[in-house]
Amino acid sequence: MTELLDQDVAAGVLARALANGGRFAEVFAERRGGLTMSIDESRIESVQSGAEEGAGVRVVDGATTYFAHVDGLEPAELERAADEAASALRAGRTEPSPLTARAVTPVPIAVAPEGVPAARKAELLRELDQRGRGIGAEIAQLTASYAEARRVVTIANSDGLFTGDDRTRTRIGVQTVARRGDKVETGAETLGAHRGFELLEEDPGLIAEQAAQKALVLLDSRPAPSGSMPVVVGGGFGGVLFHEMTGHGLEIDHVHKGASVYVGKLGEQVAQPLLNAYDDGRLPNEWGSDAIDDEGQPTQKTLVIEDGKLVSYLYDHLGAERDGVASTGNGRRESFRHLPLPRMTNTYIAPGESTPEQMIEEVKNGFYAVSFGGGQVDPATGDFVFGVSEGYLIEDGKVTAPCTGATLIGNCLDALAAIDAVGDDFFMKTGICGKGGQKVPVGTGQGHVRVGRMTVGGTAR
Amino acid sequence: MSEMPSTELSPAANRAVEAALGAGASAAEAYASRDTGREIRVHGGQVESLTAATQAGIGIRAGSGHGVGYASGTDLTEAGVTALAARAAEMAAVAEEDEYAAPPVPAEIEALPGLDSPSVGEWSAGQVADLALTVERTALAADPRVVGVETAVYADSTEQVAIASSTGIAASYEAANCFAYLQALAEGDGSRETGLGFGLARGPEDLDPEAIGAEGAARAVSMIGAGKPASRSCPVVLDPTVAASFAGLIGGALAARAVQRGRSPFAGRLGEEVASTTFALHDDGRDPAGAASAPFDGEGVPRRRIALIEGGKLQSFLYDTYTANREGTESTGSASRSGYRSLPSVSASNLIVAAGDLSTEALLREAGDGVFVTDVAGLHSGVNPVTGVFSVGASGRVISGGALAEPIREFTIAGELVAMLRAVAAAGSETRWVPFGGSVQTPPLLVSELSISGT
Repeated sequence: MTELLDQDVAAGVLARALANGGRFAEVFAERRGGLTMSIDESRIESVQSGAEEGAGVRVVDGATTYFAHVDGLEPAELERAADEAASALRAGRTEPSPLTARAVTPVPIAVAPEGVPAARKAELLRELDQRGRGIGAEIAQLTASYAEARRVVTIANSDGLFTGDDRTRTRIGVQTVARRGDKVETGAETLGAHRGFELLEEDPGLIAEQAAQKALVLLDSRPAPSGSMPVVVGGGFGGVLFHEMTGHGLEIDHVHKGASVYVGKLGEQVAQPLLNAYDDGRLPNEWGSDAIDDEGQPTQKTLVIEDGKLVSYLYDHLGAERDGVASTGNGRRESFRHLPLPRMTNTYIAPGESTPEQMIEEVKNGFYAVSFGGGQVDPATGDFVFGVSEGYLIEDGKVTAPCTGATLIGNCLDALAAIDAVGDDFFMKTGICGKGGQKVPVGTGQGHVRVGRMTVGGTAR
Repeated sequence: MSEMPSTELSPAANRAVEAALGAGASAAEAYASRDTGREIRVHGGQVESLTAATQAGIGIRAGSGHGVGYASGTDLTEAGVTALAARAAEMAAVAEEDEYAAPPVPAEIEALPGLDSPSVGEWSAGQVADLALTVERTALAADPRVVGVETAVYADSTEQVAIASSTGIAASYEAANCFAYLQALAEGDGSRETGLGFGLARGPEDLDPEAIGAEGAARAVSMIGAGKPASRSCPVVLDPTVAASFAGLIGGALAARAVQRGRSPFAGRLGEEVASTTFALHDDGRDPAGAASAPFDGEGVPRRRIALIEGGKLQSFLYDTYTANREGTESTGSASRSGYRSLPSVSASNLIVAAGDLSTEALLREAGDGVFVTDVAGLHSGVNPVTGVFSVGASGRVISGGALAEPIREFTIAGELVAMLRAVAAAGSETRWVPFGGSVQTPPLLVSELSISGT
């Protein structure tokens, strides 16, 4: 494993960070690099490469965290960060535990993207452009993007931990615009993983066709209905529903501040017994997976809802310390410039026993939400929204007219309890989750899920 | 403007341009920045975290023929900059030729005093921690139903920027900004509600911590007992925080890049009626009070004031050099950077929605029976920027008989952006700077009709 800093240097930095006291210190060193490019109007553009390295040092004393970050990994820079973090403390020195190296097996990467010529990536974008445009003459615009990112991290803390990880993620995305007369509609699809270029060796062009088809279908759409009705949510990125209405509220920082509707609900029945859900940072090569979290804790599969009962919150180091439990490996940060926060990895509703066909057939009149732009929640009130990019009416148990312009809105506990069917057609999709100004890659997943009653916010009556 | 940045950043930018030309680029531009900032979060009367940081980096745009490549990094040493320049030239070779991708030529840049703030550097960590603690304490003391504060935050930053190009651009500036906010928690009627309070300024002495705390408390308490409204179409008053979010969406849709590629509801509508005559929108990159103000944009073109919508008609789009070249017009100084890490993109600087002459009370009276929206959620997923169709989560108050009545939440407001602008019936007189939708100054707005979906 690549170590960004020597073990002795790390020990010295930790000792310096605790020079004025504090019960915990950590140094997080990172080298990050990436390449992005895009195609628009069938022309390759925005070819961008970035390379940064630096470190963040934190010292925890009582309820307060002191944090400083610097660019560069020279010992002098790291010491400057340690001194800055320690500068507000006034007590005597705390001795850090001696460091013990802990080996980590990073998520395996078969084809390092850095080794693939940029021209090959441009060729891939041209293929996406052609495949998407080939779906129909009504595809008026197509943009596609390619992104690769590698993060090498080394983490040392005053509890004696010295470890690291090497992470490579690759992702492509396609956005389409279809036009028929004055009617304009859009479609989007993405493919991403904690993998190298091998992700794109199968049939990446398929997502371009899917993005194009979504836009074409919507050319026949009508405005979405408004009002309260049964909603069948599609698989994969439909899992963003669970991410918003439950996942965020289980992050321990919200719970500790009384800013979650799941406070005091541990062990309680919060959903019907058919519901089981996990946060799993170890799903092989999944977008939200890492070998260790950004505090050096091995990631794990955490059962959060078991037969409808809430059984666990999601913990980082400090939250776990406060509750006297072990971290669940959910301490994540966007970069060395950010403090870790309890965050989801890959969060999903486990497969159930219904088929999507049954779930739809049983609905007299309702809404079928297939594709989503994303969502947002206020964990404290439990109010969440969920933007639908592709939806359909359900009339007499049949999927009928496509609809645009709908947002699903609800309250966490009500909507979670209203899930009355879970599909057997499970799959995962990629997302980027924002919290406290930090973005991290997360996976979301589920089979089809039916919510008995939910507000669909369109414009039609 | 301080002379400070030129001491280190300008030479690095100049070196980068030379190195890119040396690596075979036919044109080059370098943008270097250094950001010194701190953030203090308090909770329960104690400092929860104190972050202090400096970050500096450089981004190099290299042209080879007319293809453009970009490389960025944190290594400002001579060797580091040389390696980055070579990488940028290498990236340019991958991009395809584009006849419009010519770099800007230098224009005279008028100094813009008042962007920096000595107090940002002078106030100690203890002083700004006290400011954040005052925000929290004021909210907790404001009303017995305020049961907590999720976070109270103070943050400031001083940014130094230098730009240089092979066409002869060489400029720099320094700007400071600070803000404080809190999310207050109130309880009553068996439910918990949140309320945001915030303030923005150049320096901490211009923030009013009591007002920020009181605003968060008042917003949270006012939502206690909120129910769901009935689905209907009705007049809607958008408070400034919500009007700002919508102004930001409109500013985004007026960026020439989206317009020229047919991905904007305003495409092909220059000179047409796109709003009621009560709605006027400007972009002003030099407003001394605007957080996004600077003497020049992300590629060294002078910032200015541009009328976007006036008299109900679409007056102009926002252009950077590339999109201006493509249309044979001039850049409006609207190339924005989100730092040194990425290419500039076309976007608004400070958006200014014109004030009307109605007080907020008069605006509510004018609305009669409708909905006052104080918060929206899900803008990134609920708005289609290409078509302008939107449906977003909302909360606020019922307007009954021209006055505020019971609180409501868990509903959506839906419509289409241009139709909404045409339905703006009145603008309020009380404007405010809001950090949502970019940097926006706006009054509350009365929209004569929007779709509400609740029960």
